[in-house]
Amino acid sequence: MDRRKFIQTTAGGIAAGTAGMYGSSALAADDIKVGSIHDLSGGLDIYGKPMVDALTLAIEEQNAAGGLLGKKVALINYDSQSNMQKYTEYAQMAALKDKVAVVHGGITSASREVIRPVLTKNKTLYFYNTQYEGGVCDRNTFCTGVTPAQTVQKLIPYSMKKWGKKVYVIAADYNYGQITSQWVKKYVTEGGGSVQAIEFFPLDVTNFGPTIAKIEAAKPDFVVSALVGGAHMSFYRQWGAAGMLKKIPMASSTFSVGNEQVVLAPEECNGMVLSYNYFEKIATPQNKAFLAAFHKRFGADYPNVTELAMGTYQGFKLWAEAVKKAGSIDRVKVIEALESGISIDAPSGKVTVDGASHHCILDVSLAEVKNKKLDILQTFSQQAPSDTSAVCNLKKNPADNQQYVIKV
Amino acid sequence: MDLALIVSVQVLYAVATLVIISAGLAVIFGMMRVINLAHGEFLMLGAYSAIFATKAGINIWIAMLVVAPICVGLFGIVVERLIIRHLYGRMVDTMLATWGLSLLCVGLVTSLIGNTTSGVSTPEGNFSIGAYSVSFYTSALIVIAVLLLFAIRWVLRSTDWGLIARGTMQNPAMADVLGISPTRVYSITFAVGAALSGLAGGLLAPVSGVVPTMGASFIAKAFITVIGGGSSILAGTASASALFGLINQLATFITTPVFGEVALFIAAVVMLRMLPQGITGRFFKGSL
Repeated sequence: MDRRKFIQTTAGGIAAGTAGMYGSSALAADDIKVGSIHDLSGGLDIYGKPMVDALTLAIEEQNAAGGLLGKKVALINYDSQSNMQKYTEYAQMAALKDKVAVVHGGITSASREVIRPVLTKNKTLYFYNTQYEGGVCDRNTFCTGVTPAQTVQKLIPYSMKKWGKKVYVIAADYNYGQITSQWVKKYVTEGGGSVQAIEFFPLDVTNFGPTIAKIEAAKPDFVVSALVGGAHMSFYRQWGAAGMLKKIPMASSTFSVGNEQVVLAPEECNGMVLSYNYFEKIATPQNKAFLAAFHKRFGADYPNVTELAMGTYQGFKLWAEAVKKAGSIDRVKVIEALESGISIDAPSGKVTVDGASHHCILDVSLAEVKNKKLDILQTFSQQAPSDTSAVCNLKKNPADNQQYVIKV
Repeated sequence: MDLALIVSVQVLYAVATLVIISAGLAVIFGMMRVINLAHGEFLMLGAYSAIFATKAGINIWIAMLVVAPICVGLFGIVVERLIIRHLYGRMVDTMLATWGLSLLCVGLVTSLIGNTTSGVSTPEGNFSIGAYSVSFYTSALIVIAVLLLFAIRWVLRSTDWGLIARGTMQNPAMADVLGISPTRVYSITFAVGAALSGLAGGLLAPVSGVVPTMGASFIAKAFITVIGGGSSILAGTASASALFGLINQLATFITTPVFGEVALFIAAVVMLRMLPQGITGRFFKGSL
């Protein structure tokens, strides 16, 4: 596989040459520096680009409103090129060379586990803004995305009520897919259903023909997908082409996060049920104002603001709010301010930091894919990250530093 | 019973995919002895040609079956003129040069189009075998693979051009004496090989994610099929595809896709240990 890695690195290098590290040119000596480590090229850029756009907007809004503590906020952006080695490299650069006040970044759980120890060791505050499998317990880290107790716990009962109790799970083969599929199993079993099989796929698998035939043979009432990345998108194409979408419905814990519903044809994904914190169709004045500002900045034809983009936007706002409360960008003071229960009125609704678990209490909605759009079915107000807070209490054990994993 | 049928269809599909992705390499490597490490990138360019043609409003079948091979075939002529021509008979040098070409292609496409996965929808339609459904496109690929093998066979055996090409590959000096320009034959053969790779890329575009690095997932399998096949390019590619496709797909059905791939590679290693000359080194000797 050396050749593949070589190609990826080289390709990434060329891409980085064109993308550059924008933002750093406008850097002045006393600016507050915010680091961003996201994949802007490579297989995961479908996730990373919208996140950086949202972070850029959040910082521009902050500066337009007078900055933070009377200083300007400067974004230092590192393109990690969908390459784990780059994550380590840039995390060290952010912490040691650029000495940023906070790092927002990491997309897959694998990349989070690469940069989290680096930033914790180098005492640089870290925000992970992606929906993920839950369980991270680290006083230096704040996870502002939704976790299975907030999403899967809604998605599974809804789908079981609608379609039936036999479930087939397909998931990406790394920590996110493995842990999330266990959560799916837990909620299915609790609802009196059964999981027929859980199948894992490495991120570069593109031929799903045998899997589709196996699923047909198993005749589940519905399929739960936790597939990740560009290559896995061909599953939905092959599923649609085999005419399965009309026969066996599907729920997903990852679909639409990379705007798959925009790339795929409606007949390949209509009717799929999803559960996240944010959907563009949330009808609050805050969201309308946000979308207007976003489209003004990035163009009216911007396909869709994703869950991860909103997570990043909200993550920055939470941090900024904490800095204001602490009156300083000192790491410990900001952590204490965040732990006191910082709360913001975000486009997705109210978002509050849960001080004990360093996760967020926020609104969660179920939605259905319909003709390239996501229609909201139902909204659950102020859901707590009960999966992580059941095992993690950083107020009692501030020295705790691990990721708890569910045992089923 | 239905399951047996559906498994057979999937096995045929895996075999067909191997035939399609290896055909171009079989022509370039099997006939010309040029190890084309940019084969995967030829596929990738074919896939992008098909996608752009479809987006420009061209019918998807024409985009896949006509536009993709023509674009990559033309690209092949340019590559042969600029790079391959100077390196005939220097196997290691061609490997390095085509590897460089492969990196260049990935880099260029990445900076021009970006590293985002794109794709086209699979042509609609499916039919049922008992309780199972098979997509129309799966069967279309199987038919295309069969037609492709017959077409190559027909060209090589029954046309003057096929005879000239085979003769030139065997003894270029003799061909030269008989008034045939070997450089021209090489150039056309390479272009045909490239066009076949382009066709493969076009055909795979609807069923896989198209990214600049997509070639990497196909090149190993293509090489193993061609080398496993041995010296006869046609019988070799067909028999190796059949063997590896069968093993890969059955293993995938019984276990997981990951182990299916592993089984394919184990089979290849074991087979090359037993038949170092490839399948056609022992069986179907002397066939095309």
